Amino acid sequence: MGEHSRLCSVWLGSETGILKGVSLSHRQAFNFCSVNQLSRDQEVRVLAWSDPTQSELLLGLVDGSVRTFSLEKGVFTESRSLGDPVEGCFSGLEPLPGGGLLTCTESGTVRVWAETGTEPVTELSAGTSVCRMRRSPVDAQRVAAGGKENGLKIFDLQNPERPVFTAKNLRDDWLDLRRPHWVRDLAFLPDSQKVVTCTGYHQVHVFDPATPQRRPVLEAEFGDLPLTALSLVPDGSAVVVGNTQGQMAILDLRKGRVRGALKGLSGGVRGLQCHASRPLVASCGLDRFLRVHGLEDRTLQHKVYLKSRLNCLLLSSKDLLGGGGASGEGAELEEVKDEEDDVWDALEQVEEQPSKRKTTEEEMQTERKKKKKKGGGV
Amino acid sequence: MDFTEVSVSSDSKGKKKNKKGKSGNHAKGGQSSRVEPKLEERQKETKMEPEASSFPPTFSVSEIKNKQRRHLMFMKLKQEKRKQKMQLKKKKKKEREALGDKAPPKEVPKTIENQRVYDETTVDPEDEEVAFDEGTDEFSAYFNGLTNPQVLITTSDRPRGRTMRFCRQLATVIPNAHVYYRKGLALKRIIPQCVARNFTYLMVVNEDRQVPNGLVLCHLPDGPTAHFKVSNVRLRKEIKRRGKDPTEHSPEVILNNFSTRLGHSIGRLFAALFPQDPQFVGRQVATFHNQRDFIFFRFHRYIFKNEKKVGIQELGPRFTLKLRSLQKGTFDSKFGEYEWVLKRHEMDACRRKFQL
Repeated sequence: MGEHSRLCSVWLGSETGILKGVSLSHRQAFNFCSVNQLSRDQEVRVLAWSDPTQSELLLGLVDGSVRTFSLEKGVFTESRSLGDPVEGCFSGLEPLPGGGLLTCTESGTVRVWAETGTEPVTELSAGTSVCRMRRSPVDAQRVAAGGKENGLKIFDLQNPERPVFTAKNLRDDWLDLRRPHWVRDLAFLPDSQKVVTCTGYHQVHVFDPATPQRRPVLEAEFGDLPLTALSLVPDGSAVVVGNTQGQMAILDLRKGRVRGALKGLSGGVRGLQCHASRPLVASCGLDRFLRVHGLEDRTLQHKVYLKSRLNCLLLSSKDLLGGGGASGEGAELEEVKDEEDDVWDALEQVEEQPSKRKTTEEEMQTERKKKKKKGGGV
Repeated sequence: MDFTEVSVSSDSKGKKKNKKGKSGNHAKGGQSSRVEPKLEERQKETKMEPEASSFPPTFSVSEIKNKQRRHLMFMKLKQEKRKQKMQLKKKKKKEREALGDKAPPKEVPKTIENQRVYDETTVDPEDEEVAFDEGTDEFSAYFNGLTNPQVLITTSDRPRGRTMRFCRQLATVIPNAHVYYRKGLALKRIIPQCVARNFTYLMVVNEDRQVPNGLVLCHLPDGPTAHFKVSNVRLRKEIKRRGKDPTEHSPEVILNNFSTRLGHSIGRLFAALFPQDPQFVGRQVATFHNQRDFIFFRFHRYIFKNEKKVGIQELGPRFTLKLRSLQKGTFDSKFGEYEWVLKRHEMDACRRKFQL
């Protein structure tokens, strides 16, 4: 198992409770769970890296337990019960520097846990029905949460009594009717205090806690279906959003215009993440496929069938995905060519990939056939 | 007539120079029809038309300006082609007979079904993960024999024309089905009431201009919901040589060609409409046949005439379904999450790719 888990560059949590790892450069997918122990109670809701070196994975399950998966050994090393199924399942799970854990349940209780111990260190309430909680990548003590009829709130973990920032509801519409809140996903913009959220009413909002304005500083709309997932592109100039029918688009955060649509999905999006260094975005959802699109040309580069409905997704930053043409990294790669053959293999695919979408799909299909013949553990 | 013909020929000559470039197809078509007789020289008797041979080599029938004459010439050309084709066929048949057993096997005709693009979601029956997924999904209660299907059939508000008759006939096909008037109720308000009364399905027939054109099939209590387009509805009265009205027995169900993962979900959705143990005394069969993503519904009664022969009688109604979307959870078109949505021009760009 260990050598398999070290290969994988994309990690996915499924509705059947299986942790899946996909290695795009080797075109292989692995299940890290024994089939006879499956149960729907172990449905994976959230995935996170436990440390910046990305050696361990944290899985938040529906039954309120958090499991640790070691990439080196390829096995589950630890399991802690940090929640109650009565409170709803996890809507956020983040590691804290220094070994702690931060969890948030759907009922809105945010808890800080020490590395060991069964009682939470701090506990705060972020309102009812929280859809997503995230921690700022810059300031480790800043936490944002939001949900249905529960506007965006930003907390400082040092003084958890009062939120630092509470979003104000949007202005009433032209019929003087109240406009409802529904934060479905959020992200912190790099190099500023701004937070971008997507809502169940197909809007994308940018909030700026640095200004006195508590309403969004930017409002954009996409489509007419609820947006379910969001991910910032690495430089923070645009945001990728996906909705319940599998329409995905890149929205520019300067004016809120659609920069382009990402096609090929057939079911609702559940998880979405942009690669930290390469212009790639990976998406997964109810159609049981992992898809990797290029952000620059917006073509479908990889499509992997994973047999279960997928809930969440995590990309590792160190591994190359095999695809996308970042010219800046090409130079670096030539130097390390001798050491890392795998990397160079992945780069060679670039020549084949930028062809039409259909051909890439067919390639993947043939690859999959080959794999089936081999009888790999897919 | 003569005059027109002359003008045509001069015209065609004049056009020939500038037409050669752009209308290569015309010239080719004309030539090919001329080349074929050369290949088979023995059929000289077919070259009865002296006019046909007197035309310049790049002549095409469409250039004749007189409509009657053009029609005549075109008919002749057609006849000639047909004759050639028949002769070729005869020749091949003779050759086959002459070769006897050594004849090469007949070629299988190419259809878009047997040229189907491989779908990676095709379900392998030994796959444990898919088996687990299906074993614990929303239909597992039915397939484990815990629930008995009970179906509520209703329509869009104020049904007219054939829709109500269609619903009534559906209710005779599906055991434990009850037809109710919609009375302008919202589906989201009907669903909790259905759940409280232990219904397992809600079926809504939508209509457009008095013709049923949509079907929403919602599995209760927790989804999924499928939305179909309905076409070619033939009610019982309109079917020729139909049998007597169906009996109360629960029918057998045949599901054909639901091979992909999505197809399996849809197949299970249909299977769960009917009681699990069919009453073979009734000799009734409901068939859902999937071909090129169209699902054909037929309802038959069979009878064994002797040990080898079996006869079937159609009972009706018959209709065709096409899947539009499959949504997780009960009916919620605005905030529901879709498992699969038909995206036209994106998904059906390749005619050989099928979803079910």
